[in-house]
Amino acid sequence: MSIDKIWVLAEVADGKTVTASLELISHATTLAGTVEAVAFGDATAAVAATLGEYGATKVHDVGDLGGALPGVPVASAIAAAVASGAGPDAILFPATYDGRDVAGRLSAKIDRPVLTNVVGLAEDGGALVTQHAIFGGTQIASARFTGEGPGLFVVRAKSFPAESRGGGPAEVVAAPAPDAGSTNAARIVARHVEERTGPKLDEADVVVSGGRGLGEKDQYAMIEELAALLHGAPGASRAIVDAGWVPYAYQVGQTGKTVKPTVYLACGISGATQHLVGMKNAKNIVAINKDQDAPIFTVADLGIVGDVHKVVPKLIEALKTRG
Amino acid sequence: MNVVVCVKQIPDPAAPPALDPGTNNLSRTGKLILDESDSYGVEMALQLVDAAGSGEVTLVSMAPNGETSGLRTALAMGAARAILVSDDALSGSDALGTAKVLAAAIKRAEPDLVLAATESSDGYTGTTPVQIAELLGLPSVTFAKKVEVTGDSVSVERQTEAGYDEVQCPLPAVVTVTAGVVEPRYPSFKGIMAAKSKPVDTLTVADLGIDAGQVGAAGARQEITGVSAAEERGSGEIVVDEGDAHERIIQFLEQLKVL
Repeated sequence: MSIDKIWVLAEVADGKTVTASLELISHATTLAGTVEAVAFGDATAAVAATLGEYGATKVHDVGDLGGALPGVPVASAIAAAVASGAGPDAILFPATYDGRDVAGRLSAKIDRPVLTNVVGLAEDGGALVTQHAIFGGTQIASARFTGEGPGLFVVRAKSFPAESRGGGPAEVVAAPAPDAGSTNAARIVARHVEERTGPKLDEADVVVSGGRGLGEKDQYAMIEELAALLHGAPGASRAIVDAGWVPYAYQVGQTGKTVKPTVYLACGISGATQHLVGMKNAKNIVAINKDQDAPIFTVADLGIVGDVHKVVPKLIEALKTRG
Repeated sequence: MNVVVCVKQIPDPAAPPALDPGTNNLSRTGKLILDESDSYGVEMALQLVDAAGSGEVTLVSMAPNGETSGLRTALAMGAARAILVSDDALSGSDALGTAKVLAAAIKRAEPDLVLAATESSDGYTGTTPVQIAELLGLPSVTFAKKVEVTGDSVSVERQTEAGYDEVQCPLPAVVTVTAGVVEPRYPSFKGIMAAKSKPVDTLTVADLGIDAGQVGAAGARQEITGVSAAEERGSGEIVVDEGDAHERIIQFLEQLKVL
């Protein structure tokens, strides 16, 4: 068994391919002879050049979904290709909201298991071997599929660099979704964009995260203010997402996002393994916590043993003074 | 309206986790507790049934050794009954095998709505609910932050990268809920006492009419080939704040040319 062909789910947002998909396309070129993308929506033609540049020779275009959530129609289109024998040896999905939906639907449709939370993917003896960060990232588990393909892999963002392969535009081929009946009944009736200034959490150069040590919901405002002053993005520990202080989209950690910024500032975060796995690969970590035994200090390059309610406001004042 | 909530009983996250040395599967021996991620689904289900004015909440779970302590917590919150699939043949199931078992159990409850967490706190595969929906032939809406049932359809605010989408979906359907969207109630003393006598149907794989070769380690088509230590990250400088620690942070950021 060798890996001839890999497909990558290419998600498009605001007319651009999301970085997590480009990471997978460029990494897939190191694993298989042929890399192709699967895309949906009305902007596929517009991103064909980018997909090609990162290594995809072809893009299977499911087309506009007419307001349907992507999970069912996109999985149906891929399942049809697999059933016809035109499918790949492996399919990679970014660990996004829609990527996880498509992978789960497809897994049940074609009766193949799926490996999720992949952070490393290599070829070994003609098969793909995955890596998964477990126990707060202190250990790495390796896994592989034992049954027939195609293998389905959901890969966490930032697992590989997104590198240009210098390819020409990908050829767009139509791959319309077959009718999936009543399973495809969920419809988006309105989209709400929450006003956000500054960079995205998983693309920001600076991330400022707050945790339970903030004490109460209102105190999260200072995390946002500090993030804005540093041109960064605000993040959060699971504890305050669970408590309803900030939405799930802010969560950094095992069940949230993985970030690898130049600087990660952890404010009032104790550093549960759940959190560490999402941020310990930041280039530099600064932690502020009043408990000197907090696990966050075991990964911090600069650890401040102190009260976030004192240190952070002073930091904000000092940054404002600098202008 | 009848709501099924998929719940998982997991090892206490406060205790250090371990792998079974033979299989490299997560060790799930010892007392299991209700996954906190599932308490949001339970609370939401109770509120939706209340709002509908009729119906009940049924828990569906799969666990080794007939474990029920986590289920009792959710029953104490107000769920009416539980279906527990417990069978030695299930040990080592992958997410798709788990979905096959849960789907078969859910079918028995004939729910109008199936709620689940977006992912469990121990395995966090995050695909099981959608796999269940496909196996049951139901539509699904994932990552819900708000759920309302009107007549025979459900409206959901679904988390997105940019904000949220309003999604409409006919019932029956599977919906996954993100943490923190409702405040799970604490079981009352009365609730805890009542939970002791609430029905828990314990089923085996054979009861569900599933071929044992499809589930458990026998049906899992993936294996962990090894576990190794990750590169360690050393700790750095520790400064005890004496009123001027912010200056040290600024200096550090300047060194990194962030400022």
